[in-house]
Amino acid sequence: MRRLLIAALLFALPVQAAEEEVVLGLSQDRVAITANFDGSEILIFGAVKRETPIPDTEPLEVIVTVSGPDHPVLVRRKERKLGIWVNVDSVLVDSAPSFYVVATSAPFDQVLTDIEDLRYRVSIERAIRSVGAAMHIRGAQEFADAVMRVRANEQLYAVRENTVAVDQQTLFRTAIDMPANLTEGDYTARIFLTRSGKVVSSYETTIDVRKVGLERFLFTMSREQPFLYGLMSLAIAIAAGWGASAAFRLLRNN
Amino acid sequence: MQIYLPIAEVSVNAFLLLGLGGMVGILSGMFGVGGGFLMTPLLFFIGIPPAVAVATEANQIVASSFSGVLAHFRRRTVDIKMGLVLQAGGLVGAALGVLVFNYLKAMGQVDLLVKLCYVVFLGVVGGLMFIESLNAIRKSKKAGGAPAARRQRSWIHALPLKMRFRTSGLYISVIPPVLVGICVGILAAIMGVGGGFIMVPAMIYILGMPTKVVIGTSLFQIITVTAFTTMLHATTNYTVDIVLAVLLLIGGVIGAQIGTRIGVYMKAEQLRILLALMVLIVCGKLALDLLLTPSELFSLGAGGGH
Repeated sequence: MRRLLIAALLFALPVQAAEEEVVLGLSQDRVAITANFDGSEILIFGAVKRETPIPDTEPLEVIVTVSGPDHPVLVRRKERKLGIWVNVDSVLVDSAPSFYVVATSAPFDQVLTDIEDLRYRVSIERAIRSVGAAMHIRGAQEFADAVMRVRANEQLYAVRENTVAVDQQTLFRTAIDMPANLTEGDYTARIFLTRSGKVVSSYETTIDVRKVGLERFLFTMSREQPFLYGLMSLAIAIAAGWGASAAFRLLRNN
Repeated sequence: MQIYLPIAEVSVNAFLLLGLGGMVGILSGMFGVGGGFLMTPLLFFIGIPPAVAVATEANQIVASSFSGVLAHFRRRTVDIKMGLVLQAGGLVGAALGVLVFNYLKAMGQVDLLVKLCYVVFLGVVGGLMFIESLNAIRKSKKAGGAPAARRQRSWIHALPLKMRFRTSGLYISVIPPVLVGICVGILAAIMGVGGGFIMVPAMIYILGMPTKVVIGTSLFQIITVTAFTTMLHATTNYTVDIVLAVLLLIGGVIGAQIGTRIGVYMKAEQLRILLALMVLIVCGKLALDLLLTPSELFSLGAGGGH
């Protein structure tokens, strides 16, 4: 796992007149997908800025989420028909992030109440929206669960409890693993400070995930000049086929 | 060494791809099949999205078939005239196949139908070839290697528009080869393969061509049809991954050269029985996937497409 350390400190603008605010740092605010990209690790660290003394109520907890761009997902379910497994039902989940990781400083149900979760859409269940799920299909929730299960198996969705370290209720840090099968787009990192399960402050920033270099060039060409791209693929294929044939003939004749 | 594929958007081991390409290339050279029916499922297995796997495989088949066909051209085991007739049918078939494919995709059943196509065709073709080759081997042992009896005159010889195919030693109507070309083209486009595993038996059993000519001619036809398919996929679905294709074809073209040389040292019956076994194994694996309870009943697809 490569760890790029382009420390780009982004200072939080005061969002509201909260008593405690997040001052955030990221080890990198962009992920460059190069030809040998095999995942990346982003360090997210920061401090809590406050004008008043630390409240002596419940301790401060921190939640960090990183989410990929949202896309609609068509989920299909198989059933046995005439002895073979066939897709029977499908449900369109209106919006699901391509990548979603939640890191918390304590067990999830201790750092955030259900009501606050509903409001800020923090847990994976809340990050997926399926309001328009077809009512005639029984168990539409099963389909949303399937999205979570399948993506969790592909390491795209994860809840990592107790992975945010908090020092003196002031400094916090965590590392988020970005897998190799990332899609391009603007990823959102959110940080929530909570006390007794209630959000006292939140902060949001963007991590730019982009293909660069040859990857960028080929991707753009395949979309903008598909005919040329197709011809190029064929030319390479034929050249390689001819090259190998000629090379082997030389080898055999010598 | 990990390589990130720009179109497939996954990261895979480059040596794994080279190895897969090489293995399938050897088979391609030996049997005159493009190897797509093996490679496409293997690519699914290592996590390449199916749409990208199918389109890129078409491009890779162009390379390994081209490499293979050059060797056959030098040995004069390509019936160019027959190949051109088959190609004409193949292009029509491929265009029809893409229409059918898009229609099935709109119905959401394309995966199932592709798999059923595989099971049915691989099963029938593999089974027939296996039985036939076993009989041929038994006969040649009994008769001490006497040449098999010439095919009797069948309905094929009664059709009009006859043409002489000198390399194959045939004087038959052009209608059966054109029909074979169309059928193989349709299937090739739906199943995302070159279609060699259907074409080779069709040439042997329906057209009555000699086995040695069949392989080169089939490769010759496959090049045109898969090149056409590649262009269709590249311009409509943007799913040809050139990086994936290059890695597969480096392994593939080298493998094809080795395979062609192995093929020379093997008897036609032995080649056929091996090909039949391989086809049956792939067929069995796919049939099991359809029959056994899958570990995950749900599958995810891109939404908003309909």
